[in-house]
Amino acid sequence: MSDVRTSAPGTPVAPPRRKVTLTVDGTETVAREGDTILSVCRSLGIDVPTLCYGDTLEPANACRLCMVEVEGARVLVPSCSREVEPDMNVTTDSARTRHARRMVLELLGSSVDLSTTPRVEAWMAEFGADPTRFGADVATVAQPAKVDNNLYVRDYAKCILCYQCVDACGEQFQNTFAISVAGRGFDARIAVEFDAALPDSACVYCGNCIAVCPTGALMPSTEFDMRADGTWDVSRQSETTTVCPYCGVGCNLTLHVQDNRIVKVTSPNDHSITSGNLCVKGRFGFTHVQ
Amino acid sequence: MDLRFPDLDPSPEELEALQSVLGPATPTEGWTREQGGPHRAAAVRHLLLPALHALVDRVGFVSEGGLTEICRRLDVPPAEAYGVATFYSMLPVDPVPLTTVYVCEDLACRRGGVPTGPAAEPGTRVVHAPCIGLCEQAPASLTVRSGPKPHHGIASMPPANGSVPQMGDPSLVLLRRIGTPPTLDSYLDNGGYVALRRALDIGPAAVIDEVTASRLVGRGGAAFPTGRKWAAVASQPAGPRFIVANADESEPGTFKDRVLLEGDPFALVESMTIAAFAVGAERGYLYLRDEYRSALGTLEAALASARSAGFLGTAVLGSPLAFDIEIVRGAGAYICGEETAIFNSIEGHRGEPRSKPPYPVEVGLFGRPTLVNNVETFVNVLPILEQGGNAFAGIGTGVSTGTKLFCLSGAVRNPGVYEVPFGGTLEELIERAGGLPDGRELQAVLLGGAAGSFVTPAQVNLPLTFEATRAAGVSLGSGVVMLFDDTDDLGDALRRISAFFRHESCGQCVPCRVGTVRQDELVTRLTLGRRRDGDEQLLRDVGQAMRDASICGLGQTAWNAIESAIDHLGVLQ
Amino acid sequence: MIGLITAFGASGGTSSYAEVENTDVIVLWGSNAREAHPIFFHHVLKALHRGARLYVVDPRRTPTARFADRWIGLNVGTDIALAHAVGREIIASGLHHSEFVANATQGFEEYRACVEPWTLERAEQVTGVPAEAIRELTHAYATAAHAQLGWTLGITEHITGVDNVLALINLSILTGHVGRPYSGVQPLRGQNNVQGGGDMGALPNRLPGFRDVEDTEARARLDRVWGTSIPPRNGMHLTSMFEAMERKELRAVYVVGENPAQSEPNSGHVVPLLEGLDHLVVQDLFLTRTAQLADVVLPASAAWCESEGTVTNSERRVQRVRKAVEPPSGARDDIDIITALAQALGADWPDQTAQQVWDELRSVSPDHFGMTYEHLEAAGGLQWPCPSTDREEVPYLHARLWAAEPADRGRPAPFSSVEWKPPLDALDADFPLRLTTGRRLDSYNTGVQSGAFSTPLDAGETVDMNPDDASAHALAEGDRVRVSSRRGSIEGPVHLDPSLRPGLVFMSIHAPDVLDVNVLVSEASDPRSGVAEFKATAVRVERADPVPSHT
Repeated sequence: MSDVRTSAPGTPVAPPRRKVTLTVDGTETVAREGDTILSVCRSLGIDVPTLCYGDTLEPANACRLCMVEVEGARVLVPSCSREVEPDMNVTTDSARTRHARRMVLELLGSSVDLSTTPRVEAWMAEFGADPTRFGADVATVAQPAKVDNNLYVRDYAKCILCYQCVDACGEQFQNTFAISVAGRGFDARIAVEFDAALPDSACVYCGNCIAVCPTGALMPSTEFDMRADGTWDVSRQSETTTVCPYCGVGCNLTLHVQDNRIVKVTSPNDHSITSGNLCVKGRFGFTHVQ
Repeated sequence: MDLRFPDLDPSPEELEALQSVLGPATPTEGWTREQGGPHRAAAVRHLLLPALHALVDRVGFVSEGGLTEICRRLDVPPAEAYGVATFYSMLPVDPVPLTTVYVCEDLACRRGGVPTGPAAEPGTRVVHAPCIGLCEQAPASLTVRSGPKPHHGIASMPPANGSVPQMGDPSLVLLRRIGTPPTLDSYLDNGGYVALRRALDIGPAAVIDEVTASRLVGRGGAAFPTGRKWAAVASQPAGPRFIVANADESEPGTFKDRVLLEGDPFALVESMTIAAFAVGAERGYLYLRDEYRSALGTLEAALASARSAGFLGTAVLGSPLAFDIEIVRGAGAYICGEETAIFNSIEGHRGEPRSKPPYPVEVGLFGRPTLVNNVETFVNVLPILEQGGNAFAGIGTGVSTGTKLFCLSGAVRNPGVYEVPFGGTLEELIERAGGLPDGRELQAVLLGGAAGSFVTPAQVNLPLTFEATRAAGVSLGSGVVMLFDDTDDLGDALRRISAFFRHESCGQCVPCRVGTVRQDELVTRLTLGRRRDGDEQLLRDVGQAMRDASICGLGQTAWNAIESAIDHLGVLQ
Repeated sequence: MIGLITAFGASGGTSSYAEVENTDVIVLWGSNAREAHPIFFHHVLKALHRGARLYVVDPRRTPTARFADRWIGLNVGTDIALAHAVGREIIASGLHHSEFVANATQGFEEYRACVEPWTLERAEQVTGVPAEAIRELTHAYATAAHAQLGWTLGITEHITGVDNVLALINLSILTGHVGRPYSGVQPLRGQNNVQGGGDMGALPNRLPGFRDVEDTEARARLDRVWGTSIPPRNGMHLTSMFEAMERKELRAVYVVGENPAQSEPNSGHVVPLLEGLDHLVVQDLFLTRTAQLADVVLPASAAWCESEGTVTNSERRVQRVRKAVEPPSGARDDIDIITALAQALGADWPDQTAQQVWDELRSVSPDHFGMTYEHLEAAGGLQWPCPSTDREEVPYLHARLWAAEPADRGRPAPFSSVEWKPPLDALDADFPLRLTTGRRLDSYNTGVQSGAFSTPLDAGETVDMNPDDASAHALAEGDRVRVSSRRGSIEGPVHLDPSLRPGLVFMSIHAPDVLDVNVLVSEASDPRSGVAEFKATAVRVERADPVPSHT
């Protein structure tokens, strides 16, 4: 018999995680090693705002909206990615955190079209953000939407460069790597090679980038066109979760239906099979029942 | 990777240039190709940046055909390769002439007005560039020629010894060999490899003890205790670990590492070898900013002769120590001097900083424990081992130990790199450099570079130590001491600093990506008399957010110099 | 399914997708999961990024094979030869799990003798795979702490399809890579309810709960529930149905949601058989080619979005399908149609909801008993076996094989000493090229559903050839060619594909209206599964006259 097998049947791969005691906003709480400050905050019902954080992806650490204060740290700490440590003392709501959040919202609001970003209006009010303070003549990422295929639209005037589409297209889910961040600084942008059109790229139209986009910069053409026509109406839409008909994997599809027509297909982020991802057939192959 | 390549081929020149990095062309696609997948791709990804350099060295830019060929050979998705190429200022993706003149437009070089550089000739392009590390000869420029011969065509690069006014002074330690030929024989004649022999004698733990006893702290700007860093790497669980020498010296006003690299290359090779021995690394990377073409040639020659003489390789000096060093050329990105961005750059990714923790000593280059130190930090290890750590700690103030290299530039009579024991004041240093030119009065001193702070003439008695500068709310940074006299336009300097950070922000996090742009817009408005109500407060608000919420030191310090100029020099009054 | 039943007594893949993420070596054999099962492949990719190694065994260097550490490019139809060589190398290197083999299997000595002739050298000659590559695959799989072996139609669509599966299962029991967490065998199902259809008894030899029709006890239990007497013999599978039509024994056919006029091999032969029936009823969403031949068409609602119910996926997970949109007027739920049909035939079947039908199934299938709609809802889908309404079992099957007490181990898993046979449709001077068929990412089966949407990926249907073969035939990209087999010929544009080895021709199955590959394929099938030899057709390729232009 070979002696290379190390685990007996039933042995879990990861050892159980140790308990960590920390303080959040004055309340002592117990978490598990490896938990993030954000996950602890959410379990305590503390609403820390996030934009670039997607619950199916590794933290991108880019938007810096979720910053909190950790006692002893020189600068603020991103709650989405920082793991808890024993005796950590976290403050989620202080003058410093409120200032940082206000400024992130003002910086984004003054450079990016946030009109289809959920919750952002409420946060602006909560943190007193006024993006017009910079004036109307400042640099923005305004540009026409890219409509270069019949399945989805890339409206980079709405892009906050959260990296989530790149991560979903790349190593974390799809592994197609059709898109990357190109350029640097304020010129950084999501692009395919040589800023070509999508049909000339490796894109396989799974739309998993759309699924993680937090601002509506990436949108199925159905939604984009209906919004343009003024017929998109979430209040008239139902969401029904069913199973994709296209192969035996069993991906759950959530069908967004308006006026008895499927207008968008997503998959639940907490579904063990898909983690919110689909292939081109599942996401776009619904027209045969229209 | 659903690798899909455009139907494009490289030119014969490009193919030949790539051969030097990637080897002869072999069938890379199709049914004969058995090996592949993400593991193979990851194993060769570090060749991406050298391959992009090979294209630019040969034809001046990264063509679509050339990029496609690299991607085919290395299994890199073309979008990613394009993302990497466009991250760097010196890897153009559009056709350009074979000759590029980089005209420095940074702080020291623009004091006499924004440099225009040479008139554009056919076959030449002129690029206005951030600091190219030649501040002691301002205004400076660098000419780079692409063509069949590798690493050709360096213009206006001086010998290092012209940059060290103290040359020959017997009190010099780190600069003592500047002026001697950068050959192995000369190095050995001038005390070379004494420190490594001692290290091999006393063993790795004792080497770290010596470094710890010396109380040496990092010279790159962060001033972290070097002994602690070495001990942390050495204590990691068994497995591969790496050494990285950060020679991406890009802080405007800084040129000390260039002088060391050009004038005493073996000192870095020897000290990296000692570090490798101490922490148990088999491989070192020397990340060199690509503007330092002269140093590149010197270092390549030094590595070759060290290898052939057995100072690098599988049995260093006949001992069981196996160690070698690879040079990785940067490509025009200030951010790559950040200690984690440098890893991404070496690995063939965009040079964006990583989130810390985990720290490099645990998860660094290629995901392995890594010791990353600045060039000046490394070479300090030689006197530590030669004199002993305690003796080294006796130099300086007790808190700031040893000697320090300062880069004097701007309104000073004898600009250059100066080495002094810690403890002297700013005024003494300025005097050592000959003071200001006749008839000029000091208006301000920029300490630490664009990421540092301005101090006023009233502060010239400030001791140049870590503890005194910290107490004064400023920073020594990388040793920049740039003088501005009464004729200098500080508003112009501030606009240059804000433009610098706007240009060099990697773009990863919102506070820095947008903040540096808003800072630049506001500084421009405020210093050119286009102030609007609330602009100054707005600038402070942006600055505070960058300092508090940016991922890395670039954003966190991008407001320092501007804030100090407003608060201490009153430039907006 | 037959292979898994033979070895383990249950017809499901033994592992779960999540386990794939935590395994150490993955072998995908005859599976282009990247294109055919993209989201399953996401789990494979997670494993790769954790450090797992991937081997892909496929005659084509498919998009899946490009992710592999090593592509094992074997000759079409030589899977058993390769598997036996792997088995022999495992034994010869002492890498078999002797304790597991002794405790939980039977027939080892016979198997050892069966694979003994398959030296690496002989296997290299037959399979075309270098001996060194077979050795690497063998050692990677056998020495892994955990390993997964997955397959798809590349294994089953052969005349030896069942034996192919058995030959692969041999490797899993030889190494003990089954019945443990993160180790197992996974057949990936091509349709969203292939697994469920079989589990429900929609097979000629099965009863609901996957009980054997010839099992008197199982039949008797259902007889009691249903108040009827189930015929004690197996029904016909698809291939035997067509044979029966040919013999004029089968005169009336009721087709539900299939398109045999286009999906079956030698389709030139199939259509006249359907046309020659006394009565053909087709129940479908669309007026398919088959429906066009029918005497009666029963318009059905789309099961996945216009009606309620459950389906079962490749990891044995039963999940709810739900009605999201109203079907077009006149289209009815399958249950309604079947019930109405029964009522019209005089049966006293009550009208039932999907949930009532499901509860009836639960009452006769202990492995499904725990899956109430409430439990399915709360858990987001449940894997069988699920005997309890408030508990989930471990996500892998056959842990019993590892039980300490021999009495707890149940029936040992038998080795299958199967013999390699070359494809029936042999190559010769007239038909020198090997045609294999498959799927492309953005399309599905005969294109009935996926044909309704277009994607930028759709480059049109083509006859894919190795560039060297093409130049030997003086063919360039886009040239129109005639592909002929012993059964018929079709025409289409040629596409040069360097990922195809010389001698191999590839066509997709998706666009029968444009390029009907099933005209070429032989109806020769595996006698046990009834699955035809889609993957190995002998063909000839010739230049065809250009399509007349209408200028």
